[in-house]
Amino acid sequence: MTDISAPQKLFKKSPRIFPKRVWGRFRQIKWIAMVVLLGLYYTLPFLRWDRGEHAPDQAILIDMVHQRAYFFFIELWPQEVFYLAGIMILAAFALFFATSLFGRIWCGYACPQTVWTDLFVWVERIIQGDRMKRLKLHKAPWSFDKIWKMALTHTLWLVIGLFTGGAWVFYFNDAPTLLEHILRFDVPWSVLVWILSLTFSTYLMAGFARDQVCNYMCPYARFQSAMFDKNTLIIGYDAERGETRGRKRKSESWDDRGHCVDCTACVQVCPMGIDIRDGLQMSCIACGLCIDACDNVMEKLDLPKNLIRYDTSLQQEARASGGIEKTRLIRPRTIYYAMLLSAVSALMLYGLIVRSETEIHILHDRNPLFVQLSDGSVRNGYAVKILNKAGEDRLFRLTARGIEGLSLRIQGVGDVTPDALPVYADSVGHFRLFVTAPKPKDKRAEIEFLLEPVGGGDSPVYDSIFVSGK
Amino acid sequence: MSENKRETDEFTGTETTGHEWDGIKELDTPMPRWWLIVFYACIIWSVGYWWIYPAWPTLSGAGERGGTVGSANWTQYTQLKESQAEISARRQEFQGEFDAASFAEIQQNPALFAFGIAGGRAAFGDNCATCHGTGGAGAPGYPNLNDDDWLWGGSVDDIYVTVRYGARAAHEETRFSEMPAFEDMLETGEIGEMARFITARAAGAEGSAQGAALYQDNCAVCHGEDLKGLREYGAPNLVDTLWLYSASEAEIVTQINKPKHGLMPAWDGRLDDTTIRQLALFVHSLGGGEE
Repeated sequence: MTDISAPQKLFKKSPRIFPKRVWGRFRQIKWIAMVVLLGLYYTLPFLRWDRGEHAPDQAILIDMVHQRAYFFFIELWPQEVFYLAGIMILAAFALFFATSLFGRIWCGYACPQTVWTDLFVWVERIIQGDRMKRLKLHKAPWSFDKIWKMALTHTLWLVIGLFTGGAWVFYFNDAPTLLEHILRFDVPWSVLVWILSLTFSTYLMAGFARDQVCNYMCPYARFQSAMFDKNTLIIGYDAERGETRGRKRKSESWDDRGHCVDCTACVQVCPMGIDIRDGLQMSCIACGLCIDACDNVMEKLDLPKNLIRYDTSLQQEARASGGIEKTRLIRPRTIYYAMLLSAVSALMLYGLIVRSETEIHILHDRNPLFVQLSDGSVRNGYAVKILNKAGEDRLFRLTARGIEGLSLRIQGVGDVTPDALPVYADSVGHFRLFVTAPKPKDKRAEIEFLLEPVGGGDSPVYDSIFVSGK
Repeated sequence: MSENKRETDEFTGTETTGHEWDGIKELDTPMPRWWLIVFYACIIWSVGYWWIYPAWPTLSGAGERGGTVGSANWTQYTQLKESQAEISARRQEFQGEFDAASFAEIQQNPALFAFGIAGGRAAFGDNCATCHGTGGAGAPGYPNLNDDDWLWGGSVDDIYVTVRYGARAAHEETRFSEMPAFEDMLETGEIGEMARFITARAAGAEGSAQGAALYQDNCAVCHGEDLKGLREYGAPNLVDTLWLYSASEAEIVTQINKPKHGLMPAWDGRLDDTTIRQLALFVHSLGGGEE
């Protein structure tokens, strides 16, 4: 009978992982990736890009206040936010594509969670020492030594977090100006909230949550198996060669036993705390550090490397049966993803190329729908918005057709006429338009507006209605 | 249910409440610790809240409507007053210049014009929309402010005077005129003939000679010999396509017999001069404004 009095645990406490230091090819790639990616993250906002006097000169800027986003030569208005969706879709397909080719290289080398955790572990190691020392310190009772080491580690983590949050806000403001303000402690609360919340989340995610983010929070880790096939690169342990594993005495010969000496170097260096010899598992982020660790051991033992290696299931199977199978990069799955990727890219590129510098929106008045005039003619009012996306002030000519005998008039300041509507560079011009015409036959007649930039260029057309009765 | 029979439940190790219904006993499971912590934290929080914010109603007190104020000295009333002060401070930026400028100057100045229209639109919605409609389209008896037919004049200055002093309003300066009731002065047939003459002329026809004679004797003084009205008297144009009440002959007969007179209240004293000027600009901008 089951003991129902035993309290059920709803939460499995994960043991803290203390990855050991490792040298090797993949560790080097990870260092380089970290320096490049963090370097880009911290310096990109300071990159300048000249757009003339009417727009900011920051290469990458999301200007919430003025509702513009700048990305080098691309400038986006709020109504073009679908490009953002396009970028998301592109990013997703790029991720799928890369995954089907090379496995979880994103997880292993490029994911912010990986990069920052790596940085935090490095800080931890510099102050508290390598794996064994950290384990000992973790278990040790509180002492002066433990207190100052912990305090320094956490302080440095918080400083890194502060810089992370600090760099983030530069993407939304003019970076040099904001930097100056930050140095003077003179920042608006919105900036402060972002800096502090990102400081905190960086500290929490890279300092404490670490592998749990990949295991429990990240959806990508869960559905990656959908993108895997037998040709996908995974980190694989060559069980054929490694087993039977076990400690080896000097006198013992290599015959009748596997090459794995069960030194657990691969487990000790793993930032996810798993044993790769158990085979492909969800927690493996494919960073390759176990490969470096194992190769170093194999070198000392004068054995060939690659007991743990980047591998494919197909090759593993082939080796088991004594053959060699070539990894096929071009296969239906990669072709599909490549096609989708290029289709979305082409679509977005097309959108950017045909993007007009002029746009018009005309809203027919709702109250009153129409105005009867004393001479029997009818007047309709419209709210006109002209979007001048060019970097210069322009004049526009607005004409209409479809109603017999119509005339246009602009109501507003000064002597603005429909022949010369001034709109400032990179902004929206609002105009109040009246169309007067002898009463047409239809109570709701079609009317077509044409907007021509006086200096030439795209001339958008806008269809609306002319109401003359209820 | 009987006397206290609290006992320890054998499965959970928790005490029961001692209540029993048909063999079913109720566990007296203690509150989870996290729940209690949150509960006590809320109590401590509330004490702090009472101290800092207005919390307790009293019959009188420092609060605007009685009640404790709290150490932060913050109430919704003070917040409202601060917001109002902020609005008038922001208005101040334009108001001085707006008050000093003539309507003609304002109509050439984008900032002042925008200030006038924005204030005018808000004030129109609060004060004028009740009769004239939110779009200013009017209703029978209440003039449409969008069209080009003005009883008392359609320039900004004319509109300003009408808004400020009203028409037939309780103000010394009010615009005033009253169409006399003809039911006691003329025969029913004569009134019918006049109404027929007016509808005929409004439709572009000549009208009867008798009707013309009656019109010239009785109506032309105010409505003009050409039937086009006279703004000095607020007398409507009778030959355009717009009618304040109705274009039907029966309605015109009623209006000659026993005229209805609309009343536009005077806003002088109820709205400040800046607002009245904003209203004049806004109404003028609706589309029918004259030079």
